[in-house]
Amino acid sequence: MAKLKIRENYHQARWDEPIIYELSTPGERGILVPQPDKEIKDSSEDVLSNLPEHMRRKEKPNLPEISQKHVLAHYLHLSQETLGSNLNNDISQGTCTMKYNPRINETLATLIHHVHPSQDEDTMQGILGIYYKFKHFLKEISGMDKFTLQPGGGSHAVYTAASIMRAYHESRGELDQRDEIITTIFSHPCDAATPATAGFKVITLFSDDETGVPDIEALKEAVSERTAGIFITNPEDTGIYNREIDEIVRIVHEAGGLCFYDQANANGMLGIARAREAGFDMCHFNVHKTFGTPHGCSGPGTGALGVRDHLASFLPIPTVEYDGNKYYLDYDRPESIGKVRGFFGVAPVVLKAYCWVMMLGAEGLREVAEISVLNNNYLQKKVEEIPGVKTWYAEGRRRLEQVRYNWIGLEEETGVGTDDVMRRIGDYGIQHYWTSHHPWVVPEPFTLEPCETYSKTDLDEYAAVLARIADEARKDPEFVKASPHKCASNVVANPEEFNDPDKWAVTWRAYLRKHGKK
Amino acid sequence: MDKIVYPYIPNSVPEIKEQMLKELGLDDVEDIYAEIPEHLRFKGKMDLPEPLLSEYELERHVEAILARDKDCKEYLSFLGGGTWQHYVPEVCDTINSRDEFLTAYVGAAYADHGKYQAIFEFASMLGELLDFDVVSTPTYDWGMAAGYAMRMAVRMTGRNEILAPKTMAPERYLCAKNLCKPTIEIKLIDYDEETGLLDLEDLKDKISNKTAAIYFENPSYLGFIETQGEEISKIAHDNDAISIVGVDPSSLGVLAPPSHYGADIACGELQPLGIHMNAGGGLAGFIASRDEEEYVAEYPTQLWGITETTREGEYGFGDVSFERTSYASRENAKDFLGTQTALWGITAGVYLALMGPEGMRELGEGIMQRVSYAQKVLGEIPEIKVPLLSTVGFKEFIVNFDDTGRKVSDINRSLLDYGIFGGKDLSKEFPELGNSALYCITEIHRKADIDRLADALKKVLA
Repeated sequence: MAKLKIRENYHQARWDEPIIYELSTPGERGILVPQPDKEIKDSSEDVLSNLPEHMRRKEKPNLPEISQKHVLAHYLHLSQETLGSNLNNDISQGTCTMKYNPRINETLATLIHHVHPSQDEDTMQGILGIYYKFKHFLKEISGMDKFTLQPGGGSHAVYTAASIMRAYHESRGELDQRDEIITTIFSHPCDAATPATAGFKVITLFSDDETGVPDIEALKEAVSERTAGIFITNPEDTGIYNREIDEIVRIVHEAGGLCFYDQANANGMLGIARAREAGFDMCHFNVHKTFGTPHGCSGPGTGALGVRDHLASFLPIPTVEYDGNKYYLDYDRPESIGKVRGFFGVAPVVLKAYCWVMMLGAEGLREVAEISVLNNNYLQKKVEEIPGVKTWYAEGRRRLEQVRYNWIGLEEETGVGTDDVMRRIGDYGIQHYWTSHHPWVVPEPFTLEPCETYSKTDLDEYAAVLARIADEARKDPEFVKASPHKCASNVVANPEEFNDPDKWAVTWRAYLRKHGKK
Repeated sequence: MDKIVYPYIPNSVPEIKEQMLKELGLDDVEDIYAEIPEHLRFKGKMDLPEPLLSEYELERHVEAILARDKDCKEYLSFLGGGTWQHYVPEVCDTINSRDEFLTAYVGAAYADHGKYQAIFEFASMLGELLDFDVVSTPTYDWGMAAGYAMRMAVRMTGRNEILAPKTMAPERYLCAKNLCKPTIEIKLIDYDEETGLLDLEDLKDKISNKTAAIYFENPSYLGFIETQGEEISKIAHDNDAISIVGVDPSSLGVLAPPSHYGADIACGELQPLGIHMNAGGGLAGFIASRDEEEYVAEYPTQLWGITETTREGEYGFGDVSFERTSYASRENAKDFLGTQTALWGITAGVYLALMGPEGMRELGEGIMQRVSYAQKVLGEIPEIKVPLLSTVGFKEFIVNFDDTGRKVSDINRSLLDYGIFGGKDLSKEFPELGNSALYCITEIHRKADIDRLADALKKVLA
């Protein structure tokens, strides 16, 4: 068994790295641009003189001038000051499903670097085939009838679902009447924000204090002839599986609404339970979470959106189809909502996810699910042994792939709260943990998701680090509150500046101007 | 075969699994899944292919599938129209393939300090190219950025119409149109079929006190440069509307930034800045504006700002005006955000740092010189009209084949025999332009490439 080790002597790289403009020396070049052949230069007159004066750039843009080695070193330094999930015991980012992102898939994805999406379909049969097959995998995993892989992220897919819901009711002449979407407080914020963007009013159901899931009676009161649909996660971010999910779907359907299943938390469900059996009309997967593709500091990802047959005609164009002989892009879909992204999606992410499923197969996917819930339950047992930690809601019920814990006890005892522990954990070489989406609802929350990537030793290390910090909080609360001590930077001194129009600075030029630096 | 131990699943070792179950007092993982009512369980077997357990098998399998594809390295390509083949400096790929950036996510500024700084620097450099003080974190793509910018203008003005040229990129139009539904209408303005330029009379006819913004693109989807930027922005401002310009930043080494001809908001596409086309997966958008509170208040994206930390002389980063966002305010937020394209934003920053001011100028000028040469050479071919539009363009131009009696799709299929991807077929998107194709030339094209295209076209049309 691998050795359990708390990384006491860890220190993150801290390069005290200048802002790139501070590295600039006039005249230096990072790369030279391929020049036109001499005959081209000779034969073309001063092309810029063809431009009207006011359309020409008068002064060169104020970009830094840096030799290549120094650009590379700068960004290598910045990368070392970033804690990617492939580097650390990233159980921390609950709700985010931080998996190992296989290197081989990165290499294979370079094979499509130079494909232009408008190439003749005959020259893209490989990548289009991978799209088609991956959509088939998702159909099997979810029970939905048809998928689009066009959205570039999870929220984007949920937004697409809201657009489809709107198109569906519009097609039936009921959009004016059905203008309300129901969601739950522990569903991701996008389940409220994207229907609102699509023009719906949003009704949020809160969770019952005992069970942790929305009360079915509250749902019955919320539905009406105005209901366009529901956007709901299950398990919600608490990790509690809502056992009445099919009843919720039934109630919304009976009211004439559609049901969208946000499957951001699908990792414990692969091969175990599907959207179809629960009666949903649509569901989505965060491909960059559940299917092992990298998060890229927050994208590019892919939000795969699946629908039942009665909604298929509304999917964005083009869809990737197969006529038995050839894969092709189908733009001839008159009821389509149109587009949510250029071309047909984030192809390298789809390719990597295809690779990930191909290495696992049906049995392997089920192993992913089983180990993720086993890991979670094991970690929960270890974490709950730490004095000061509690799991809110539904005592005695097992969680699936993640748990929302709280430090209420520790905070009351020591004054050290979840934000303090969160920062301190970074001092042990572990990414800071996810507290909760807003609003917190549960005080002093933290959310851990030890997916199948993590070993038993990882889980033991994680729990041991939390226990160590709780201990530190009792012995020296101020030390924990002053953390992090060993991360790539300290915390910001005056966070209120970020809400002060006279101080906030989103670019270097704004910073120099507002802070009197130049 | 024995139980498979999956390399990506350490606890698939049966003994470990047993040990963990034992510690939990469970016999089987099914005891946990008892949480899910029986009737909601999936009883069938997923119809998935047999797994390729070894990495080697996977590699062979995927390589064989993708060997069916051709790409723009193997073929000589003149495709553009929303994603473009530019040279990608090696350092860009080196940085964006590092596991630190590649696999990070929503870590805090002290633990992911480098990620914050890299995105801040991306915004800073793009801000210089645009001459704007505020640049968003990267959005999904140009089309979504345009739609977001329109919604910003609607909220700022309290009006609900957007005017945009009929030459707006059709895919971007569809994105923006959907994003504007159901309350915002995008009205399309005519253009001059000789020049491509916006019909200012039609614009004046259609603008009203309902107009929240005028949106136009530079360079336009059809390649020409909209030279009436100042007039269009003035018409917008005279009507208390906002001027939004969508821009390809690869042009900004030589073209004036939209802010210099009256744009209040700019948006556009990052893919030309050091990001491979990736079969369309390289897209990433941005939104930018002046640093005025009423503008900042309407951004739907995260904005990452710089300040100092508690350590003397150390920069620190964080979220500016976070309450705007849907992460903070759910349905009361400005639209929605989520996982977008941060890694491409970092990459675009690396690109701009490498290129510097001189590089961006040379890039723009060199492209325009090649385009000028290409138009000359192709113009010598009888029966084709090039360029179709009389206004100067940047990296794309229209070739019209009406007099050849051949369809673009047919010509492009014939060009494949010469190892060439011809320009994008416009005949469905812009039927009024006849049998036309949009050709794209960038710094990757050499004289020999352009001559080869001309020769192939002569043979195909002979």
